[in-house]
Amino acid sequence: MIRFQQVSKRYPPGIDALSIVSFEVAEGELAVIAGHSGAGKSTLLKLIAAIERPTGGVVLVGGQNVGALKRAAVPYVRRNLGLVFQDQKLLFDRNAFENVMLPLSIAGFPPREAAKRVRAALDKVGLLEREKALPIMLSGGEQQRLAIARAVVSRPKLLIADEPTAHLDAETAGDVAQIFRDFHQVGVTVVIATYDAALFPEARRIILDHGRLTS
Amino acid sequence: MNAWLTHHRDSLLLALRRLAATPLNTLLSLLAIGIALALPAGGQMLLVNAMQLASGAAPTPQVSVFMTLDASRQAADDIGEHLRKRGDVRNLRFVPREETLARMKTAEGLGDVIEMLPKNPFPDAFIVDPKDESPAAMEALAREVRKLPRVEHVQLDSAWVRRLDALLKFGRTAVILLAALLGVGLVAITFNTIRLQVLTQRAEIEVSRLLGATDGYIRRPFYYFGTLQGLLGGALAWLIVSAAAWWLEAPIEELARLYNLEFALRPLAAPDSLILLALSAGLGWAGAALSLGTHLSDQ
Repeated sequence: MIRFQQVSKRYPPGIDALSIVSFEVAEGELAVIAGHSGAGKSTLLKLIAAIERPTGGVVLVGGQNVGALKRAAVPYVRRNLGLVFQDQKLLFDRNAFENVMLPLSIAGFPPREAAKRVRAALDKVGLLEREKALPIMLSGGEQQRLAIARAVVSRPKLLIADEPTAHLDAETAGDVAQIFRDFHQVGVTVVIATYDAALFPEARRIILDHGRLTS
Repeated sequence: MNAWLTHHRDSLLLALRRLAATPLNTLLSLLAIGIALALPAGGQMLLVNAMQLASGAAPTPQVSVFMTLDASRQAADDIGEHLRKRGDVRNLRFVPREETLARMKTAEGLGDVIEMLPKNPFPDAFIVDPKDESPAAMEALAREVRKLPRVEHVQLDSAWVRRLDALLKFGRTAVILLAALLGVGLVAITFNTIRLQVLTQRAEIEVSRLLGATDGYIRRPFYYFGTLQGLLGGALAWLIVSAAAWWLEAPIEELARLYNLEFALRPLAAPDSLILLALSAGLGWAGAALSLGTHLSDQ
């Protein structure tokens, strides 16, 4: 599903976020990218989502070299990914339902079919009752679950999450982790960057240290 | 309906919602655009009317030949004979002084004054339609007729036609210049409103991109916004000009009646109105395009 070949990422003026990283994540696998803060976890995920481009090496996602995509092709790659961001990036002027609807409107889904899918996704994360709520009215854990619902609403084969349990108390973090586990169990490839790898004891670990693989 | 059409409809609705969401800003922008465009549009309307008036007043260029007051009818006939024989005269009409006097007596306000005069103040006259209506040929004809005996004055009607023509050309240039300047103004207004829109929608734009939105998807609502704002501003300009025309109609009619002119102010013609609307919409689109090129390019 994901293959990194000798991937490096250097930010100007010469800071190496990743140095010659190679690994593979198979289809249907649950992988955790672990490491200290600033180890390059977020950069690694951004390379998968074509938010950043590698300065060296090749990033293959689903057989496609996402580091060498034309600008116009990037949106179509992102539509096949479920992305959960560290800062969630919810739209605070839209309610829960509309936030989850956004990826489907972008992909041009027929509205009626889209509405069904949105409710299914909200149901899956336990927010169906709160579809009219604005994100500001939701707790931290609920906001995180809303972000997950938005990531999975287009039923991607690959789900990527950056620190999805940061700023959550232990119990809520456990609930959120369970949601990812559920998706993994129905065959979705899940890649999670987290400082708290203990939440996913069964996961395959990819450990970064100062931009290098250590495992 | 396919996805692409649905998105166009949604973009249009979104643009309308954004216009309606800030009514005061929208009103001010529309007023600025409407008033700016009303100036060249109103100028165009007046120009068309002036051309109408000019073409009614001077059907063909003519040369008027006036005899001296003491010229006898025989002398006038001799001149008439001479003019008729000339090769460059197409048509000749003799206007006897008695006819002029009779006509002037019936004119508004002049009758009493003319009554009081001891004798007929008008000379015999000829109205000459030249074969060649070019200014140079008419000039040459006038020069030769002036040399004839008992001819007091030769007046080239083409002179004032040309002056009027030049004036109208000047007016046309002024309208085009005004339209160009204020068109740039419209682009600038749209550029700025779209810039502010992009700033307030920054979060939404960023998230949409991350969720796989194409450039077209993100830009389309802004294009609709700019085009709509231009179009509505153009419609406002049309309303302003039409209202002004309606308001001026009665006073102008009265003025025309006092001058014995058959003239009614015509409002902006349909083709001109369409051009106004198309141009304002197009310029709004252009402003949006420029603004998006500047403010959305590197995200």
